[in-house]
Amino acid sequence: MSPAQVSATRPAPDGEGAREAAWTTLKKTANLYGIYAIGFVSLFVLWHLISVYLLSSVLFPPPLPVLSKAAELIANGKLFEHVGFSMMRIAVGFVLGSSMGIVVGLLMGSFLTVRRFMDPYVETLRFIPAVAMITVAVIWFGIGEASKFFIITYATIFIVILTTAAGVSSIAPNKTRAAQSLGATRTQIFFLVTLPATVPFILTGMRVAMANAFTTIVAAELVAANHGIGTLLWESRLYMKIPEIFVALLTLALLGFTVDRCFRWAIFKFAGRYSPVT
Amino acid sequence: MSLISISGLEKTFRSRQGANYTAIRDFDLEIHEGEFFCLLGPSGCGKTTVLNIIAGFDHPTRGDVMLDGRPITGPGEDRGVVFQGDDSLFTWCSALQNVEFGPRLRGMPKGERETHARKYIELVGLGGQEDKFPVELSGGMKQRIQIARCLANEPKMLLMDEPFGALDAQTRTIMQEQLARIWHQNETPVLFITHDIDEAVTLGSRIGVMTAGPESTLKGIVEVNLGDERRRTDDDFMQVYREVYDMIREEVLQSLSREDQEEAA
Repeated sequence: MSPAQVSATRPAPDGEGAREAAWTTLKKTANLYGIYAIGFVSLFVLWHLISVYLLSSVLFPPPLPVLSKAAELIANGKLFEHVGFSMMRIAVGFVLGSSMGIVVGLLMGSFLTVRRFMDPYVETLRFIPAVAMITVAVIWFGIGEASKFFIITYATIFIVILTTAAGVSSIAPNKTRAAQSLGATRTQIFFLVTLPATVPFILTGMRVAMANAFTTIVAAELVAANHGIGTLLWESRLYMKIPEIFVALLTLALLGFTVDRCFRWAIFKFAGRYSPVT
Repeated sequence: MSLISISGLEKTFRSRQGANYTAIRDFDLEIHEGEFFCLLGPSGCGKTTVLNIIAGFDHPTRGDVMLDGRPITGPGEDRGVVFQGDDSLFTWCSALQNVEFGPRLRGMPKGERETHARKYIELVGLGGQEDKFPVELSGGMKQRIQIARCLANEPKMLLMDEPFGALDAQTRTIMQEQLARIWHQNETPVLFITHDIDEAVTLGSRIGVMTAGPESTLKGIVEVNLGDERRRTDDDFMQVYREVYDMIREEVLQSLSREDQEEAA
């Protein structure tokens, strides 16, 4: 058989093989996301069934009226206004709390003196829930944005400090020794070993802190704010606008889910291949 | 002049209960340029303590430890250390970045240090694996990356602490052959810690046997004149093996009986 003939007979099985491979990938993807999607849809189906047949009441609206109310609030821009305020507060407080938390955590993990000095602060203040700090925050900063930034910073900082410090102390001593034996100075060890080795812990701490920030912002807005998801919840409750309450709850669930997914993605992207933390 | 010169070394650790434990006492050793020195001893005899002191990770309680006639005060780039486990590799760096680490610290330009690092990755036989991360490499590969990382830094000597101790028997044999080849090509002096007589006779140009702890010291040194091609089944290999074995047997028995006593108590 000449080479030409060989190559002439090849394409058919190859094409089939490729098609088969593509089909397997498709099936795998469908399995992965399909079940996920079904799970999501079932959530709404279950909600519908319970609210229509089991607990039929004006106090528990089925998903469809809630979704149409959501569409209405999206159309008139009210929902985005509230979401925008809440997210802006979370973003500012979270960035402030995380950046300070990372610095303090790295210092506490690296220097025993700093750890000993800071321990009384961290180990007492972290047990005061950020929600409890709303009281003093409003007294100190008023009901404006400053009090919200303070509360979210408070809700974020201690979790990030603890995970960052834990990350630093869990670095294998041999890594530091290896770097020393390769001629690294203390500064080089900090930036080239301590910091990168701690990144997965920092990201994980930030992810947990973000969940805490969500809880806290709603509570803060329930108590004292003119805008935000918490305000939407509170005002809807005052006027017994049941569908609005559910729109706010649904928004919280979806926002939290989305933000957390972004974090998981980031952790996997930056740390996944060398860290079991995900 | 010897490369490493240790005289009257003593190392005492304070245990948590406050009692002192003297691991090493009256320990003298000279390591010369170009030699492959194996330090052999029963478990718990303080082999690693000696290595840690030479590496500068630990400080002697008493005695002098000199490198090129100057006392050792801390870790430094003139002594490359290969650790037993793989936890010393930088998991966030690729194989290439791990090997580049030393040159990078000294500010070698990117292109130059990459060529430099690739040369050492080739030397340890891992050409083509440069972009893999430690988690993607086998145990034997990880140890070779450690060796390449040290050699790329061009140290005066290599300190190896049971580097193949965690590998399976087959991989270990291959690694020993490769290390012998690398050493012949590179001629960087090596201090190699092991408890495996076979490994010591396969690799060493001299073998130092330590006594059982506590208060371990150097029992004696066996010169190995076996040349480059060593086979475990050769008569002269067996002869050296027996010589070392007779020396260490007593110490191992002693260390075992001490462990038994401790268990009984």
